[in-house]
Amino acid sequence: MGRSGAGRIIAIVVSLVITAATVGLLYIAFVDSANTPQTTFQAMSENGQKAQDVYTLIFILAGIVFAGVMALTLIFSLVYREREGGKALQLHGNSKLEVLWTFIPVLIVVVMAVPTFQVIAETTGAAPEESLTVQAVGHQWWFEFDYPELGVVTAGDLHLPVDRPVRVILQSKDVIHSFWVPQLSGKVDMVPGHDNQLWFTPNTPGEYLGQCAEFCGISHANMRFRVFVHTQADFDAWVQGQLAEAATPTEGLAAEGAQQFTLSGCIGCHTVKGNALAMGVVGPNLTHFASRTRLAGGMAENNEAELRRWLSNPPAMKPGSIMPNLNLSPEAIDKLVAYLQTLQ
Amino acid sequence: MAAAAHDAGHQTSLGVDNRKLLMWIFLASECLFFGTLISTYLIFKGQSLVGPFPGDILDIPLTSTSTFVLLMSSVTMVLAVYGAQHGRLGLMRGMLVATILLGTTFLGFQVYEFRHFGHVGLNLGTNQFGATFFLMTGFHGVHVGVGVLYLTSLLLGSMRRSGLGKERALWVDTAGLYWHFVDVVWIVIFTIVYLIPE
Amino acid sequence: MATAVGTLSHTEDRSRIWEWMTTVDHKKIAALYGVTGFIFFLIGGIEATLVRTQLAVPNGNVIDADLFNQLFTTHALTMIFLAIMPMGASFFNYLIPLQIGARDVAFPRLNALGYWTYLTGAVMLTSSFFLGGAPNGGWFAYAPLTSLEYAAGKNLDFYTVSLLILGVSSLMGSLNFAVTIINMRAPGMTMMRLPVYMWMTLVVSFLLILSLPIITVALVQLYFDRNFGTNFFTPDTGGDPILWQHIFWLFGHPEVYVLILPSMGIVSEVLPVMSRKPLFGYSAIVFAGAAIGVLGFAVWSHHMFTTGLGTVPQIVFSASTMAIGIPTGIKIFNWLGTMYGGNIRFTTATYFSVAFIFLFTIGGISGVMHASPAVDGQHQDSYFVVAHIHYVLFGGAIMGIFSGIFYWFPKMTGRFLDETSGKWTFWLLFVGMNLTFFPMHFLGLAGMPRRIYTYDEGLGWETWNLVATVGVYVIIVGVSIFIVNFFRTMRQPQTAGDNPWDAATLEWATSSPPPEHNFDVVPEVHDRDPLWYNRDHGIAPAAKPEHLHIHLPPPSYMPLVVAMGVALLGIGGLSHVAVAVLGVAVVVYGIWGWALEPTE
Ligand code: HEA
Ligand code: HEA
Ligand code: HEC
Ligand code: CUA
Ligand SMILES: [Cu+2]
Repeated sequence: MGRSGAGRIIAIVVSLVITAATVGLLYIAFVDSANTPQTTFQAMSENGQKAQDVYTLIFILAGIVFAGVMALTLIFSLVYREREGGKALQLHGNSKLEVLWTFIPVLIVVVMAVPTFQVIAETTGAAPEESLTVQAVGHQWWFEFDYPELGVVTAGDLHLPVDRPVRVILQSKDVIHSFWVPQLSGKVDMVPGHDNQLWFTPNTPGEYLGQCAEFCGISHANMRFRVFVHTQADFDAWVQGQLAEAATPTEGLAAEGAQQFTLSGCIGCHTVKGNALAMGVVGPNLTHFASRTRLAGGMAENNEAELRRWLSNPPAMKPGSIMPNLNLSPEAIDKLVAYLQTLQ
Repeated sequence: MAAAAHDAGHQTSLGVDNRKLLMWIFLASECLFFGTLISTYLIFKGQSLVGPFPGDILDIPLTSTSTFVLLMSSVTMVLAVYGAQHGRLGLMRGMLVATILLGTTFLGFQVYEFRHFGHVGLNLGTNQFGATFFLMTGFHGVHVGVGVLYLTSLLLGSMRRSGLGKERALWVDTAGLYWHFVDVVWIVIFTIVYLIPE
Repeated sequence: MATAVGTLSHTEDRSRIWEWMTTVDHKKIAALYGVTGFIFFLIGGIEATLVRTQLAVPNGNVIDADLFNQLFTTHALTMIFLAIMPMGASFFNYLIPLQIGARDVAFPRLNALGYWTYLTGAVMLTSSFFLGGAPNGGWFAYAPLTSLEYAAGKNLDFYTVSLLILGVSSLMGSLNFAVTIINMRAPGMTMMRLPVYMWMTLVVSFLLILSLPIITVALVQLYFDRNFGTNFFTPDTGGDPILWQHIFWLFGHPEVYVLILPSMGIVSEVLPVMSRKPLFGYSAIVFAGAAIGVLGFAVWSHHMFTTGLGTVPQIVFSASTMAIGIPTGIKIFNWLGTMYGGNIRFTTATYFSVAFIFLFTIGGISGVMHASPAVDGQHQDSYFVVAHIHYVLFGGAIMGIFSGIFYWFPKMTGRFLDETSGKWTFWLLFVGMNLTFFPMHFLGLAGMPRRIYTYDEGLGWETWNLVATVGVYVIIVGVSIFIVNFFRTMRQPQTAGDNPWDAATLEWATSSPPPEHNFDVVPEVHDRDPLWYNRDHGIAPAAKPEHLHIHLPPPSYMPLVVAMGVALLGIGGLSHVAVAVLGVAVVVYGIWGWALEPTE
């Protein structure tokens, strides 16, 4: 019947120490991972916070089950390891124990289920009336953001006011994508033919990282976006800026760039409000392109060098890019860059 | 399909022959196969964006006739099993022939129906009705076709000198299970597609 | 070999290869399944190694995006359909007749056909790498990414066709196993005396019998969408991509229990024998296994919590999913109960089984964590899920399989695998898999999505990705040691003896390796642990009769013919309909020949 006396106590203590040490180390690593830029564990919105409370609770329960099973496995392995002349207890079972260990999981499940259901009921229903509506449209491989009430259309960067609920209507132009800003909310898929919805109330101004979470083809990894949560005043200012039409430059390289933009066929895919020819809808709306922080589905910083790299060969930068390599000459690129940078 | 040791028949744990048990379990699997096809049909029912719609082209009297034919084949199948079990070889062969003919007639109706639908513009790719209808009834048709081959092989087998051996009743009985199952599936399909209006 | 055993008849002058190709002996077929499955495990592992190598550092450029997508897709398909399931089928094949006291499975030729069809599908799937590109839409191939519009090549056709073929193979196997277990038990072997392993096999067989037809329909629909212009899953003309997800997971979730239950069965055999005491709570374990099987059909939408299911379905599927933790917990505690009070021999098999309990629990609790949609909003499609699946699949299924290999090897070959090197394998796999997969929890927590071929630096993902990649190489060392161990052991003399572990189930009542007819005298069963009962009641094994007159089914090449027909059918599905028609003809010819073959 296994070790007895001191041997048994030592075995149990050793097992418990190993278990405690493991749990401790894992805890440190978990906390460390929770402090990363795209963390799923630092909610910055009301609904996000509710979900995270459930997450925390479930995490603790998981930790307890983990520690319990680990400790028992270790203890039994050490205490009941074969010994010379040892005898095994001839047991077939024990109904009391069976009931007990059916009851423990039932209890755990109930403790997890009740708050889960509450939170789901609170957060997945219709968004509050006063919400700001944003239409987020997934494209292979970039995000488009429309504000139907404000008349703003942009891509890659989503701007939101703080402390106001936002209703995100999720759509897709091609395959399934998924809208995920871990710090603001759990993800919801963008399914072609289905309008999904998601709502949350950001409660802290700042910059949050988002990424497409549903495998959507070759450049799924490169389909990212950012969310900027502003004070109401800053948000209003941003909206004002976006509502302005782009002035077509009339002199210098930028003016040549504006022509080049037509010549190279960019207008077929891109819209620039204020440029009557540029009405394409295949690619992102470029009216205020230069005011964006990121380029090409959040892949790269929006600066001159990256823009050149992009224009000289999009598929080389982003595998599979729907924007083809237009074989632009260096001069053409110079012009286009100058033009694009005026689109504030 | 063959069995292991030929003595398997009388010492099985359940007292049922392995082959028959195999058929039962296989039919359970088939239930889910047709269940999925039928569910898909129901899910897309009324979802077609363009015509022809079911109401436009389904010919209920015609299909009722073919359904009747298939139902009759179940009757002849029962008689064939009866014949096999009671050693009445002539009855068995005759009824197998009848079942095969009825099954083939049913298939004939189906071929006619499919071609007719094709002429009036309903194909696999036309709309949701076309896709789900052809897939579901097509797979049913394939099952009838396999059944016809199955029964034909039993018939031919019974003509050979060894004549299906002493397990004749079991062979025919098992085939009967399959045949009745395919029939029942048709009744469900017929009800859902032809009898319940959109 | 239609003869009594002992007269090694005309097989001698046939070539050995022909013998293997026409064999209908369940033990040989088991060997074929086992070796092929293991080779595909290595292939799947190499695919995973490439994936991990690409992800070792940010902005890695070991392989390009498209190849990466092909690799993770085929990695999953290979591991699930070409490695774990066949290795499971290998154990089933070997052990069913031996554990229930039968001479063979119910349908030996169907059994052979199952193997050859599997091989056909496996080769077809793998060959896609060299024939224009492997499937690259993820293992669950979500529409509409898999429609012709977004996936023009043949990649996805290889997916549908080879999975269809593999499905047919598994269906044949499962039907055969179910009939055998239900109907061919030795005298006295009631259902409640069946070894737990047999129970799990039975549950798995029924799971497959009931779920394979569902995926078959889905695959046919996808194939039709891609090749015949139907519109089941693409939205523009009325199709519904979510329907694919429902049908796929209605199969997919039972499928994951298909992968784990055999290993749970193995653990339930190994632990009592090594602890030298009966299994704790036999009935509880059996009923829990059956309950898991039934519940497994009621939880599929937990893979779809983020698709906009709606509030009520989320709650319903969340509840049913969490409920699965209850029967599983019962099993875990009963295994611990089995260890309790034991006199446990820590052989390599024991190590793997004990590790199974611990590692599977980790995977199970992360599963229950995703069962809460509030949490799953963060987990879904992140590395947290990748961690979950590998803890249950590697920590669970693979650890169980290794335990089974070490445990039954003496029975199968008459030789013990070397224990020292076995323990090296164990520790390397244990450490390696934890290094590889535990960090994925941290990555998931840090917001790393799955299925990305590249990531930027600065997100806090660098360290753990590197650690995970190092872990794979540790696993590779462990697996390589096992391979060496295998070949060295096979050169040793057969010294294991009939029942080296003092085990309780019937397979240990015959010689190691067993004769072709399994038992000289089919034993009578008086108890759940028959050999222990006989040992404790002084019942000697029945004397070997002077003359054996046992008819075994003769070898047959018809399964091979039918499988070739299936192969042609598959090739036809990928190329030209004429080839498919030829395939059908060959299949019909094969079945006809099959029916006319003498069975004695
Ligand atoms: C062997 C395979 C296997 C097994 C056994 C399981 C078991 C479980 N799985 Fe897992 N799962 C997969 C393989 C498996 N899974 C795969 C491959 C995927 C991903 C597919 C893909 O997207 O590619 C997946 C994905 C997956 C998801 C979807 C995640 C997502 O994409 O968002 C969910 C969600 O609920 C889930 C839940 C569960 C649960 C609740 C169990 C339960 O059965 C676990 C039960 C076990 C325990 C709970 C531990 C022991 C119990 C105790 C010690 C008792 C006390 C504890 C409690 C009551 C909590 N799994
Ligand atoms: C049965 C299932 C199973 C098993 C065993 C494994 C095993 C492994 N898996 Fe896999 N995996 C899945 C099932 C499985 N996986 C599934 C279902 C997915 C989801 C796919 C999807 O998203 O569609 C997945 C996805 C997946 C991913 C995520 C990919 C992504 O989302 O981008 C990763 C990444 O690290 C990974 C890694 C590994 C590793 C490192 C192993 C290791 O354990 C492998 C171990 C290595 C070996 C076994 C090699 C052995 C030895 C040698 C190579 C020696 C060679 C010597 C000779 C030839 C003599 N897997
Ligand atoms: C065939 C359609 C097409 C043409 C022609 C085209 N583009 Fe694009 N463009 C796209 C698409 C699609 C994207 C989004 C790519 C991605 O992120 O995956 C894009 C992205 C961009 C971006 C990055 C926008 C952002 O918000 O990140 C710029 C800048 C751009 N294009 C400029 C141009 C210029 C300049 C030309 C002409 C020389 C041009 N495009 C021609 C389709 C096109
Ligand atoms: Cu869009 Cu992934
Ligand atoms: Cu599941």
